[in-house]
Formats: sequence, structure tokens, C-alpha cells
Amino acid sequence: MQFWIIQSLNSLSLGALLFLLASGFSLIFGLMRLANLTHGAFFMLGAYFGAIALRTFEGLNFWVVAIGSGLLVAALGGLFERLVLRRLSTNPLGQVLVTLGMSLIIADACLILWGGDPIPVPTPANFQAPTRLFGFVFPTYRLVIVACALAVSFALYLLLERTRIGAMIRAGVDDRQMARAVGIPVSKLFTAVFCLGAGIAGAGGVLGGPVLSAYPGLDADMLPLALIVVILGGVGSLLGAFVGSFIIGFIYTFGAALIPDLAYIILFLPMIAVIAFRPRGLFGRLQT
Amino acid sequence: MKKLALVLLAIGLIALPLFSGDFYVNLSTQVLIAVIFAMSLNMLVGYGGMTSLGHATYMGLASYIVAILTTQYGMGNGAAALISIVGTTICAALFGLLALRATGLGFLMITLAMSQVLWGLAYRMTGVTNGDNGISGITRPLPFGISLEGPAEFYWFTLIVSAFAFGAMAIFVMSAFGSSLKGVRDQPRRMAALGFNPWMIRWITFIYAGFWAGIAGLLYVYYHKYIHPTSLSITNSAEGLLGVIAGGSGTLGGPVVGAALVSLLKNYASAYIERWNMLLGIIFLLIVLFMPTGIVPGARKLLGRFGRTQP
Repeated sequence: MQFWIIQSLNSLSLGALLFLLASGFSLIFGLMRLANLTHGAFFMLGAYFGAIALRTFEGLNFWVVAIGSGLLVAALGGLFERLVLRRLSTNPLGQVLVTLGMSLIIADACLILWGGDPIPVPTPANFQAPTRLFGFVFPTYRLVIVACALAVSFALYLLLERTRIGAMIRAGVDDRQMARAVGIPVSKLFTAVFCLGAGIAGAGGVLGGPVLSAYPGLDADMLPLALIVVILGGVGSLLGAFVGSFIIGFIYTFGAALIPDLAYIILFLPMIAVIAFRPRGLFGRLQT
Repeated sequence: MKKLALVLLAIGLIALPLFSGDFYVNLSTQVLIAVIFAMSLNMLVGYGGMTSLGHATYMGLASYIVAILTTQYGMGNGAAALISIVGTTICAALFGLLALRATGLGFLMITLAMSQVLWGLAYRMTGVTNGDNGISGITRPLPFGISLEGPAEFYWFTLIVSAFAFGAMAIFVMSAFGSSLKGVRDQPRRMAALGFNPWMIRWITFIYAGFWAGIAGLLYVYYHKYIHPTSLSITNSAEGLLGVIAGGSGTLGGPVVGAALVSLLKNYASAYIERWNMLLGIIFLLIVLFMPTGIVPGARKLLGRFGRTQP
């Protein structure tokens, strides 16, 4: 029983981290029609920033570090969007290749700067003790990750559905040209959404740090999972990213625990099912 | 003039081991393998408009099948090679069925996700693939009883296969089918209205490209006598794609020039710096930003302009 509960919790926390990655990816894809392959690298960069900051300055507040890393990654993402991606706005294939190139550069830069050994991120002090509930023991921090993802998803929902900026973003997702014609500053929205997505991924990296730690290859481990989430849930859909993240979180965690050799093959199954029967994804509105 | 240049090039390639050392012969073998791989990818990217980020899958899979069958099941090289090629082609057919449900960026994401799944499998399924240690102890085949152990012999063997590959892929893209492929790339709706089946044309191309990538994979594993999960990695797919795009996608000569440059650069760069990935990323940025059509079309344009100003 304990096994199932712990694995379920692990699934939830992996799903939560995937959501932090996939929601930004999906938003960026929806608005900009850009498959941002740098997204895994943003996640890893956030994790490294957090790990280094917490190692260098002892006693720094974990949450301040998470938000700070998120902002830093968001700023870098904004620069990348403004200086590079913008020049290629008429060349979607070129954009993808540039994000691929950028992800290789970031991954290698991390390796040069911080070496090949994983750098652990300490669990924040108040959440180190396990929670006891109904006679079961839960690792508290994983519950915190899930709570954070829920909070982010709620905030994103409010932003998209209840604010003026959100209405502009939705208009841009549905019909970019029309949105531009009625005076919505689509180009500024691009930068804003790219920064937002990068920032969430960066902060997510720090948040995942105590579970995953920061290591070279973290980007290559996370990006395919996020891609599968987005293929599953449908691009441009927040709900799709949410549902897809938790489905993949569960499948991957239980797969790895029960049949470790084949965990990756099992990831195929939901993807094949969705591609075969509903190529635009469970909740996708866009035809890619 | 052009014919003369080609004949000279062919003679130069054949005679290469007679006047150069083992290092350059081995380097040329690697270049040829990279060229076959890039050409197969070019049929998808350049002629078919299908940008795949998972093409290393077929190269790596073919290598792995040979490695597993010969080292763990004691199978002979001929049978293993045959099974490997058939298996890789079937895998390409199945993956094609899935990836071609989408076009454009969706296609790209699905190919990338599938290839990453196989890459993860090669790392984690340690019982079969030996994980991060890779599989060593693979032997080169003995076609007609000729040993391929020497660098020169293996180079000539690779050269013969490359010539076949080049011819087969050139015929494919220049045939009527190749024209319909280009038609589907540029005007899928009009082609459908004319009675062509765009999906079928894309799928056949996908399988054919997978087949030749598998051939490149066989040569790869025979050359290195070793296989590691990185052969399935996105970096490998990206290298192939960079070769295609740097040289000029959708041209016959482009991927040859591009892949040769990328693999030469990789070899020379690795001798001086450890950071090949960083360099690869930077070249990607520069090529896409400043030379989007590639070297061969760029050079042709330049030559054309040059030719016109000369009376």
C-alpha cells in the first residue's frame, strides 16, 4: 500500500514539474507557432541557477531563489526572442533550428561552467520532515511541488481567461492576423509570452531541484517528456498541458517503478493512441 | 568541363588510399558515411518538405540490431545485416505512419519525441543494449571473403556503397516520383486535386529515407566496431540536419558538401576543443541567420552572377 501511495505521489510531483515545462511550451507554440526546443534547456538553466545560488549563499530563502532564477531565465529568453527569433519571423523552420542550436549551446555552457557532476539542491528546511496522515508517511516536499503547480495553473487560467492581456493572447492564438488588424500589439505579446514561458520553466527547474538535482542532460531528459505531453494534450491548450502532464507523470513513474527497462516504450502507447485517433491532441484546437 | 571535373573527382576518391595516410583514409570513410546519412535526410527535408528531427533513429537502430544480433546471439554478419536493414525499414514504415498524421511543426515534434524515446530506451534497457557502456566486439563483414580490416579496404567498401547510395537517391529524386514529391512539398492540395495521393508519396519517401539511413548505420557500426546510445541522440540527428541545411537542402550536391564540411569540422574541432556541441549550436545559429539557403545554392548564385558579368 505504501508503495502505491508513494509512487502516486511521485507521479503527481513529476506531473506537476512537467506541467511547469509544458504549459509554457504550449503557450509559446499556440501564440507564436514556434516549437521552442530551448525549453528543456531553460528548465535546466533554472535548476543550475538555483543550485549555484543556494550553494554559494547559505541561508538564502529557497523561494526567493526560485523566483529570482525564473526572472533571470525569463530575461535571457526575452533577449533570445528579441535578438534572434524575431529576425526569423517569416521562417518557422529556421526558428526551430535556431532554438535547437541555442539548446545545444546552453547545455554545453552549463557543462563548461559547472562541470559534469550533479549539483544537489537542498530541500527547503520547513518541508524536510515527512508528513504523516492516516498512518501513512508522505514526503512533504513533493506535496509542495504539486501545490505550486496547481497555483501556477490557476494563475495562468486567471491570466488567460479573466484579464485583458489574456483576451489578447487568446485572440492572437486563434487568429494572429485578425488580432493584429484590430490593433492588438501581437509583437509585444510574443515577447511577453516567451518570457513568461521561459520564466515558468526556469522557476520549475529550481522547484524540481530537490527531487531531480541539476545535472548535465537534465534538458534532454525533460524535453521529450514535455513534447509528449504537448502532443498528447494538444498545442496551445492550458487544459491539455495540465491533463497531459499528469497522465505522463503517472505512466512514466509507474512504468519506471514496475518495468524499469521498458518505461520509455510505455510512453509510446498514449502517444500512438492520440496521434492515431486525434492528431490534434486531446484538447487541442489548432491543426499543426 | 563539368563531366571532366566529375571524372577527376571519382579518380581522386578511388586513388585516395594510394597517396594518403591511414588518418585521412579513415577520416574520408567517416565523411562518406555522414554523406549517405545526410542525403537520406535530404530526401525528407529538401525534396519532401518534411523536417525530421529524429532521423538518427534509423541509423542508430540499424547499428544496434547488428551489434545485438552478432555479439549476443552469435549470428553471422550477412544474416544480421539483412535483418537489421529489414527491421529498420519496417520501423521507418511504422514511425512514418505516426509522424505523417501531422505536417510541418507537428511532424517535427513527433519525430523528435519518438527518436528521444528510442534514445532513452537504449540507455535504460541495459539488459539488451548494455546501457551507457555501449556494445563492443562487433566484427566487420567479409564480402566475397575479402577482409575489410585495413583502413583502405574499408574505405573502398564504403566508397562503393556510397556510390550506389548516391545513384539510387539521385534516381529517386529525379524520377517522375521525385517530381511528384516536390509537387506535394510545394502544392499538396493541387497535387491531391490532380489525383495524386500526397500521404502515400510522403510515406514512401519516409520509408526510403529510413532505408538509406539504415545503410549508413550499418557502415557506421562496422567502422567503429562499437555502438553507444549517443548514436541515437538528438545531437546526431541535428548534425545530419545541419549538413543538409548548410550545404543546401533540396539539391543533390548540397548535403554532400554540407555533411562533408560538418564531419571534417567535427574531427578537426575535436582535436583542439572538447566542446563540439557548443560549436555545433553556434554554426546552426550562424547558418540559419546568415546563409539560410545553404552553401551550394549560394555558390551557384554567386557563380551565376559572376558568369553574367563576364561577356
